[in-house]
Amino acid sequence: MAEYQNLFTTVQATGPLHHGVPLGHGNSPRTGEVPGVFHILGRLGNAQIGPIYLGGLGVASLICGLIAFTTIGMNMLASVNWDPIQFVRQLFWLALEPPAPAYGLSIPPLNQGGWWLITGLFLTASLMFWWARVYRRARELGLGTHTAWAFAAAIWLFLVLGLFRPILMGSWSEAVPYGIFPHLDWTAAFSLRYGNLFYNPFHALSIVFLYGSTLLFAMHGATILAVTRFGGEREIEQIVDRGTASERAALFWRWTMGFNATMESIHRWAWWFAVLCPLAGGIGILLTGTVVDNWYLWSVKHGVVPPYPEVFPAVIDPALANGAK
Amino acid sequence: MNILPQTAKLLALVATVLLVGCERPPTDTVQHGFRGTGMVQVYNPRIVEQNTDLHAAPAALPASAPDGTRADKVYKNVKVLGSLSVGEFTRLMVSMSSWIAPNEGCTYCHNPANFADDSKYTKVVARRMIEMTQHINADWQPHVAQTGVTCYTCHRGQPVPAQVWFKEPAQQNGADFIGDAAGQNKAALSVALASLPSDPFTPFLLENKDIRVNGDTALPSGNRHSIKQAEWTYGLMTHMSTALGVNCTYCHNTQSFSNWSGNPPQRVKAWHGIRMARDLNLDYMEPLQSTFPSNRLGPTGDTAKVNCATCHQGAYKPLNGAPMVKDFPELTRPTASTSVASK
Repeated sequence: MAEYQNLFTTVQATGPLHHGVPLGHGNSPRTGEVPGVFHILGRLGNAQIGPIYLGGLGVASLICGLIAFTTIGMNMLASVNWDPIQFVRQLFWLALEPPAPAYGLSIPPLNQGGWWLITGLFLTASLMFWWARVYRRARELGLGTHTAWAFAAAIWLFLVLGLFRPILMGSWSEAVPYGIFPHLDWTAAFSLRYGNLFYNPFHALSIVFLYGSTLLFAMHGATILAVTRFGGEREIEQIVDRGTASERAALFWRWTMGFNATMESIHRWAWWFAVLCPLAGGIGILLTGTVVDNWYLWSVKHGVVPPYPEVFPAVIDPALANGAK
Repeated sequence: MNILPQTAKLLALVATVLLVGCERPPTDTVQHGFRGTGMVQVYNPRIVEQNTDLHAAPAALPASAPDGTRADKVYKNVKVLGSLSVGEFTRLMVSMSSWIAPNEGCTYCHNPANFADDSKYTKVVARRMIEMTQHINADWQPHVAQTGVTCYTCHRGQPVPAQVWFKEPAQQNGADFIGDAAGQNKAALSVALASLPSDPFTPFLLENKDIRVNGDTALPSGNRHSIKQAEWTYGLMTHMSTALGVNCTYCHNTQSFSNWSGNPPQRVKAWHGIRMARDLNLDYMEPLQSTFPSNRLGPTGDTAKVNCATCHQGAYKPLNGAPMVKDFPELTRPTASTSVASK
């Protein structure tokens, strides 16, 4: 007989198929009235697919997203002279670049950043529609809107990088290119230009929440898996009626570190850590170049840079020497 | 049905395929600054071993007596090396042929019927290159110090040095309204396969564009260098790192790339090196454009030009610092009373 395992399991608990709650006025019908059940999906998550709700916001988001995606793709394809083989080979290197600095905030010709602006417009619209959809779907199900606000934190960082900061700097060229390696090189160049982002305290704070999120995720996931043998994965039941799984999990953490989050509060910890990562990061990006031009010198000024012993002979900037070429 | 073993095999295969492009560990790490600051150089001992021959300097021919008849009294049309003795002159000519055209020999530059004849472009170029070598050794000691350079530093037994650069042709995209890559975003060897601007040489080693993009104040005070400009500088620095086979930390304390205090003295050498390459490209390489035949010119019709890799070829000191030029004192100073360029 199949046995329920708590790391990898082949047991699939399948309840009666559920169509969801009745929808209120102004909702379009759901797609897929008869949900499908696929065993292979049940190995990863829930075996049930559907019903899916698309709706007006979903359609608008997909159309805008597809326009942005296609614009980026066509520009990449054109940049390798419409060679499909080179498109695949160099895909990770290709990009749609923002306008050159000379264009400032003006609207440049299509091929000098115009496509980039159009893409940004549609991608932003797509994200906004999707955000509204996440908010509406949660409300229609009678849920809180925590997912929408967590998503909004990510959108904040996206808008800081591509809209708010470029506007404050007076130049679209400050924004990120759409491309895999190019956006990574941009990130490195951003740090190089503004005197080492590691000295930006909001960058540090963002990393705290990033690493903190993974730590909390690992701690929480491990705790729940460890107490599934006592029914601990049914967290809601444990919240309503503390069972031995919950008590053991709590005691485990008090034993090991003297303090424990509760069945309820661990999810607030996780949500806030995840949300504060892009919120703090976005603040750090927004301050860079607008309020602080050189984070290293800023940190020197505020006593953050540790002094190291001089191990090299004194070096003087040769450009300061008389008669420098 | 148990799919786990198959999945594991597939994952192992994918992992192997992904790893074949990587260098095998272990690597050597050499501390180069204060402990704990990451000021280290990373070397792969197998690659260093593999390149031993590339960075070995050839033995010099036995020295010739500097006294004796002047070369220009014996040979005709000797414009640069006329003040050498015939012995010294012949020794340098033989050395040059082994450094530059070991397979082709004297006739790579000389008309065998008349060695004084200037009809071969290679002879005209070689004469100017001798002047360039003398100029480097005499006037660019802040970069080459007493180690100096010879023809072999760049040529390594080849008529055209292995590492030269040309201007890039305009991007081909079949349409003028879409697909502009802004000079970057391709897998370019010039920037070690980053997606950085693939020709960082034209703006910095030919033109004199700002390499420095950092502001010198904590708060904004008028520094308008953009992130895009930083990418061009980053491209040049990536080239330098590859050309010298070193990490950023060979020259920079990466705490602050712009700050000079507490930096390795090598950074000053490199600063002069950038200006040396620019000087050589402007005063020696570019003016030879009409001398070279079209098959020696680049896709836009420009001459081959030098960058850091032309001499260094992956070593932090070319030929691992072998002071070849001490055996060729005639290459350490200008020997022509007037430059051939002005004739």
